Amino acid sequence: MLLLVRSDAAWEALTDEERDYEAIGRWFQQLAERGVLQGGAELQGARTATTVSWDGGRPMLTDGPFMEAKETIGGFGIVEVSDLDAAIEIASTWPARGHKVEIRPIVQH
Amino acid sequence: LNEAAAQPPADAVLSGLVRDQAARLTAALVRLLGDFALAEDLVQDAVVAALQHWPREGVPDDPAAWLLATARRRAVDHWRRRRRYEEKLALLVREGPPFERAGDVDDRLRLIFTCCHPALGREAQLALTLRAVIGLTTAEIARAFLATEPAIAQRIVRAKRKIVEAGIPYRMPAPDRLDERLNEVLRVVYLMFNEGYLASAGAEPDRRDLAGDAEWLARLLVGLLPGQPEAMGLLALVRLHRARRDARFDAGGGLVLLPAQDRSRWDRAAIAESGRLLVAAMELGQPGPYQVQAAIAACHAEAPSWAETDWRQILLLYDALLRLAPTDVVRLNRAVALSHGIGPAPALVEVERLAPALDGYHLFHATRAELLRRLGRGEEARAANARALALTRNPAERRLLAARLEAPA
Repeated sequence: MLLLVRSDAAWEALTDEERDYEAIGRWFQQLAERGVLQGGAELQGARTATTVSWDGGRPMLTDGPFMEAKETIGGFGIVEVSDLDAAIEIASTWPARGHKVEIRPIVQH
Repeated sequence: LNEAAAQPPADAVLSGLVRDQAARLTAALVRLLGDFALAEDLVQDAVVAALQHWPREGVPDDPAAWLLATARRRAVDHWRRRRRYEEKLALLVREGPPFERAGDVDDRLRLIFTCCHPALGREAQLALTLRAVIGLTTAEIARAFLATEPAIAQRIVRAKRKIVEAGIPYRMPAPDRLDERLNEVLRVVYLMFNEGYLASAGAEPDRRDLAGDAEWLARLLVGLLPGQPEAMGLLALVRLHRARRDARFDAGGGLVLLPAQDRSRWDRAAIAESGRLLVAAMELGQPGPYQVQAAIAACHAEAPSWAETDWRQILLLYDALLRLAPTDVVRLNRAVALSHGIGPAPALVEVERLAPALDGYHLFHATRAELLRRLGRGEEARAANARALALTRNPAERRLLAARLEAPA
């Protein structure tokens, strides 16, 4: 799982052109053509988040993300690769250079 | 203490034997078993057993076979409690001594690159390399870093868990990544050397000579990856510094600085050999920070006396080093060269500029103190020496700085 980490404020200040969705589209396209892409999406900003937690078994809603932070998960991609080096290789080509990409292995059940 | 009860073999011989075998055995077992964490545990158990048995029973004729047999017994214990026991065990028994196979060489490199994978933190890389590649026990690593054994054990467990769970591969880096991955390994060797170089002061005889381990590993890398100029540069650098080690401490374990060292006690053969290695590295035409640092060390090592040091050449080399590695510590060292080549006044100007960045670094204050002293500003020099003293824990350095504070200004 590639977690695409961004500052919402900085990202939302950019125009679509500056965000270079074309390059991002090509990135997903290439992974799909290689047959390693299993899914991915961009997320709305963290201010749109609603968080469910449990208080003594009773679901409670909070307006906002589970953790207030400058940087937040702005999207994700799921790729199937053999090892960490292959994932690093892919993460290193993510076009939006103002982002960070956190690589997390998915637990196989 | 009864003299007859002296322990054969000497600790240094023992740890040398272990070091020669640990990486081979771990590397081979990781490949064979496909389980980094388990293989490393088995070898660690074997190493600990060796350090218990060999001093009492003598070193076996074939230490490698002994370690393998012990690791194999531990493996049997391990798999008895698990399924697929027969299958794995058959693999281990059928293969014989795994390190006698061809392709061995790549195996140890794979191990080194895995331990120094950039997804591991620097401290984890260092601890893991010391254990899996050098064959140190957790207790030895803890002593070397003045850390507790549980802290080091936890660091190693975490690192191994990350290797397994994050899928850090057990193989050579891709060719287009080799340079940056090798740099990562060289950095670990360099830190190992740095950690060991000062700490090897006579005061603590039970501390491991990590500088010696760093030299061993640098030599292994140069042997396994020929034609890598920075690896050659690092080996030359480490050897050049270690060539002076007999002159670095006086009989009482006090630190003797370069100007006062007895140069007849330097290892001339090692210096000459390192010089040749460095020339060979530089002829490859890819300069790098380790080669330049080695060239600076060579300038010092080849000077017949402190007074005849070629400061002009050393300054040029520091300028080159600053272009390759523009760090404040390099700037500080360049200022020292400047003070000897040109004079203390311009050097002090350079040093003062570094104050915001290096205020927490004892050698910044020690350097500043020395420059102030040479400029006749005794009171300020004393204050700077006091700052330096407050910032270092190393006993030999502390004694030297304390002596300076006691000397008349």
